[in-house]
Amino acid sequence: MQHILDQLKEKRAQAELGGGQKRIDAQHGKGKLTARERLDVLLDPGSFEEYDRYVEHNCVDFGMDEQHIPGDGVVTGSGTVNGRLVFVFSQDFTVFGGSLSERHAEKICKVMDMALKIGAPVIGLNDSGGARIQEGVASLGGYAEVFQRNVLASGVVPQLSLIMGPCAGGAVYSPAMTDFIFMVKDSSYMFVTGPDVVKTVTNEVVTQEELGGAVTHTTKSSVADLAFENDIEALLTARDFIDFMPLSNREEVPERPTADPFDRTEPSLDQIIPANANQPYDMHEVIEKTLDEGDFFEVQPAHAGNIICGFGRVEGRTVGVVANQPMVLAGVLDINSAKKAARFVRYCDAFSIPILTFVDVPGFLPGTAQEHNGIIKHGAKLLFAYAEATVPKITVITRKAYGGAYDVMSSKHLRGDLNYAWPTAEIAVMGAKGAVEIIFRNKSEEEIAERTKEYEDRFANPFVAASKGFIDEVIMPHSTRLRIALGLRKLRSKQLENPWKKHDNIPL
Amino acid sequence: MFKKILIANRGEIACRVMRSAKKMGIATVAVYSDADARSPHVELADEAVHLGPPPAAESYLLADKIIQAAKDTGADAIHPGYGFLSERESFALACKEAGIAFIGPPANAIAAMGDKIESKKLARDAGVNTVPGSEGAIDSTEDALTWANKIGYPVMMKASAGGGGKGMRLAWNDQDVKDGFEATKREGLASFGDDRVFIEKFIEQPRHIEIQILGDTQGNIVYLGERECSIQRRHQKVVEEAPSPFVSPEMRKRMGEQAVALARAVGYYSAGTVELIVSGADTTGEGFYFLEMNTRLQVEHPVTEYVTGVDLVEQMIRVAAGEPLPLTQEDVALTGWAMESRVYAEDPYRGFLPSIGRLVRYSPPETDENVRVDDGVAEGGEVSMFYDPMIAKLITYGEDRITAIDRMVEALGRFEIVGLGHNIDFLSALMQHERFRSGNITTNFIAEEYPDGFQGAPADHAQLRRLAAIGGFVATAHADRNLLIDRQLGHRLQPPSQWQVKIADDVFDVTVSQDDVSVNGEGTGLSMAYSPGDRMVEAEFGEDVIVVAVRPTRAGFRFNSLGASHDLRVLPAHAAQHAQHMIEKIPPDTSKLLLCPMPGLLVSLHVGEGDKVEPGQPLATVEAMKMENILRAEKAGTIATINTAEGDSLAVDEVILELE
Repeated sequence: MQHILDQLKEKRAQAELGGGQKRIDAQHGKGKLTARERLDVLLDPGSFEEYDRYVEHNCVDFGMDEQHIPGDGVVTGSGTVNGRLVFVFSQDFTVFGGSLSERHAEKICKVMDMALKIGAPVIGLNDSGGARIQEGVASLGGYAEVFQRNVLASGVVPQLSLIMGPCAGGAVYSPAMTDFIFMVKDSSYMFVTGPDVVKTVTNEVVTQEELGGAVTHTTKSSVADLAFENDIEALLTARDFIDFMPLSNREEVPERPTADPFDRTEPSLDQIIPANANQPYDMHEVIEKTLDEGDFFEVQPAHAGNIICGFGRVEGRTVGVVANQPMVLAGVLDINSAKKAARFVRYCDAFSIPILTFVDVPGFLPGTAQEHNGIIKHGAKLLFAYAEATVPKITVITRKAYGGAYDVMSSKHLRGDLNYAWPTAEIAVMGAKGAVEIIFRNKSEEEIAERTKEYEDRFANPFVAASKGFIDEVIMPHSTRLRIALGLRKLRSKQLENPWKKHDNIPL
Repeated sequence: MFKKILIANRGEIACRVMRSAKKMGIATVAVYSDADARSPHVELADEAVHLGPPPAAESYLLADKIIQAAKDTGADAIHPGYGFLSERESFALACKEAGIAFIGPPANAIAAMGDKIESKKLARDAGVNTVPGSEGAIDSTEDALTWANKIGYPVMMKASAGGGGKGMRLAWNDQDVKDGFEATKREGLASFGDDRVFIEKFIEQPRHIEIQILGDTQGNIVYLGERECSIQRRHQKVVEEAPSPFVSPEMRKRMGEQAVALARAVGYYSAGTVELIVSGADTTGEGFYFLEMNTRLQVEHPVTEYVTGVDLVEQMIRVAAGEPLPLTQEDVALTGWAMESRVYAEDPYRGFLPSIGRLVRYSPPETDENVRVDDGVAEGGEVSMFYDPMIAKLITYGEDRITAIDRMVEALGRFEIVGLGHNIDFLSALMQHERFRSGNITTNFIAEEYPDGFQGAPADHAQLRRLAAIGGFVATAHADRNLLIDRQLGHRLQPPSQWQVKIADDVFDVTVSQDDVSVNGEGTGLSMAYSPGDRMVEAEFGEDVIVVAVRPTRAGFRFNSLGASHDLRVLPAHAAQHAQHMIEKIPPDTSKLLLCPMPGLLVSLHVGEGDKVEPGQPLATVEAMKMENILRAEKAGTIATINTAEGDSLAVDEVILELE
């Protein structure tokens, strides 16, 4: 027995050391933490239970039979974040460059299977050079096994990926299918083919950072949601992020206490809409003054800024917020903003997170760039997402709600539960001037001006829409938080189901 | 007494006048432009009349429209406040013609004092000290020496068209005059085509001190002591106080009597201010000289009100209604000390650039008998480009100067403004500055003490240690609360109690227990309350109370306290042990980039790619808030690339062009 215990001790110690001190030092030298250190920061102290610590690879080719390191390049297990269960895997770059072998993949699959079975989020920490080339096709099979589980878990348990090192080739598709991706600046990158291949094939010279760094993916490609300065910042923020998430689609959103009163009024919101309708204002202020403690966790803040998406809490319970941002492109809907918001709305719907929508939208962005790139299909994504969502939906129109964009933005017609309008709301087919120029084509300038005034008087207010029941109530901006808090209370017992289907056919 | 007063002004001064009027039971009428339709002065008034679009020329300067508004609303008097129409003789006359009382001095006094040359002459005739100087241009070095000796050294030799440091030479003795006079002449000729040179006494260590006077229509005039306004930036007053630490009772009497003599000479009544330049190097009590007289209520009048107990606005109203002054010179006593800080919408961290925008949060400190806030804005209001950038005046009072200053520091700490740049940190830093506290100030104080701009008030190690303790406390409060989330596994979890707090290069180990917060093993005696979401906290360390504005950031907090912002990285100890491996990211070198300092329109580019530029050469012009700002090269170089085009709308820090 003592012999076994000694052996266990020794094996544990060996596993803890991963690829050895030299490689650990190299990892630190790059400003990166090791797989285990990362879990230390991510999880509640002492909560991590490791599985498969002694798993080794089964490869005998190319001298691999000589090299065995317990754990085989990934640390897996379960732990807690503020006491709530999560499953984790953390790739160990010090062991075979974190490369994915068949066994490595099996370890990941095991925790994913457990997470799916039990109903708890999966957090993946990616730091891997790619496939274990020595294993050849076995490694590819491993990837696909992980992909399959990503897909099965999608919409069942929240999946969060933290890219903390290389993630290239087929490996990118696992994080790509998770719900959110965080990246670390300067030390992580994601691409299907790296700069060398790019150079060979297209003669394009590009750095790793430019091709697939954190900044590229959070601004241009929108592959990733947030970029962080370093590992610790990313991991601690992931804890805050998990606090917003229900454990699974079978659970309600989490609740935690707040000292922020539900009936806090914000008189300053009564003045946020500028006197001039073409002047922008920052929608963030409306969001922050509505949510608990002004705490808003924005996702994709650096991409498609004309729409704001993120999580917050009202009375301690998670809500998802979607809002047009008048500060960027006047808050217009375009391809990028529609895609960004559509995916966010579907995530919220999948996990029973009520959706608050703040509307100030002048319409869809015109132009060949938009039309030729398929604004029709991409815009339809957001429309589709809102229409199919059965979670509580509260909408506040702050100013413009024009044209088709009005319909899209969680309108009453798309089963909005509570649709409020501020007194400054204008619900119309289009702006007054444009409308009049169509209705009264070829009229004199004076007449156009006169008719514009007439059109404004008729439609530049919430009353026409309210008279048709498209708006449930016109509310004062200062009472927005109160209205939303009470609305969410009422909607907690909302029951709504879509007709049975195998799955829908959202215009991808 | 008047039944109804129209206030031909906006902002804080309109609100200020209305407060006195209300106290006296007089109804008030506000006037407003489109930009002010929702402003507090409109809300505060019993009635309000719309004037026009935002520009002052189309609203607050429309004398006819304002007088019509007074007639329409039945107002029998108009208070002009300061600025706008307050010092226009024509407006005072127009009021008179319309049969409406003008709450201010007689029109002829406004006219007399409005003319620089005439007012100086009047002052001299009334026996007021004026800066000694040659009465005309001087031809020869010999004459120059005669004048210089008559005036007394040091003297300034000034080319008649000189200015901005050019064509000006300082002489401390005969030799300097001999060496410099001809050169000054030549310089004047070369630079301005005019070789006339004057000699004037050079005022050393100049201080700006002014005398408040108050007179009635019966011919009684008193002086209400002085105010010192030496703390200025680009000739704009920033801090004022009453009394002045430089003025002795004898000097005050002399200054006051001269000011009254001048007022009497023009038949003055109502409130007025005689501005003097004072030599801080002259300890005789005689070194004060007339600058100008302001024939209106001054921005800084509250400090005089504090130390004299006189409500200046009330007295202006009473005087305009024909009442005699309720006090004689013997009744005027100065008690205690008052300080005023002007809270401006300008960013001291960015070279005091003006800022405009929305007051996302605005919460002035609570007022009491020692703290007064004169403001005309409210949370959600807008500081627009159309008017004065002053947001509020904060006035504190104490038995002595240091008490008033310390109360100011505390009150500034409790002043919350979010949404636009403001100078609260700078004001707080001033109040904590040893030289300011010593009273040894001049009009060059800011230029001398902040030659390289402002980077926040210096914080000593003891202050950082306290901030670290507060950081640990606040982090524990968040961690505690976060552990109250539902659907836990049932572990018994303790919130972290050991924190590592990093402020710039200082690292502190903070331990939070039930009884105390210790930093690096030593107790701090910290006592405070915080719940997540609080934006301002009070922390007690024994007798000391410090106020800290708290904003959560990633992996820490941004604290603002005592005139400086500090970014705290607060890590639980178990995470902190790994922090040593994190690489400090060095911010990119921007010295070769021309960055846009404010949001604005790129009006013109003065250079092209490949051009060689010299330091000071204009590179681009950016228009912001209707002001053209010329951006110049800081060092010599060659333009590598131009990243923008004329007509572009630029954001803050957007790269306009790159130098090689």
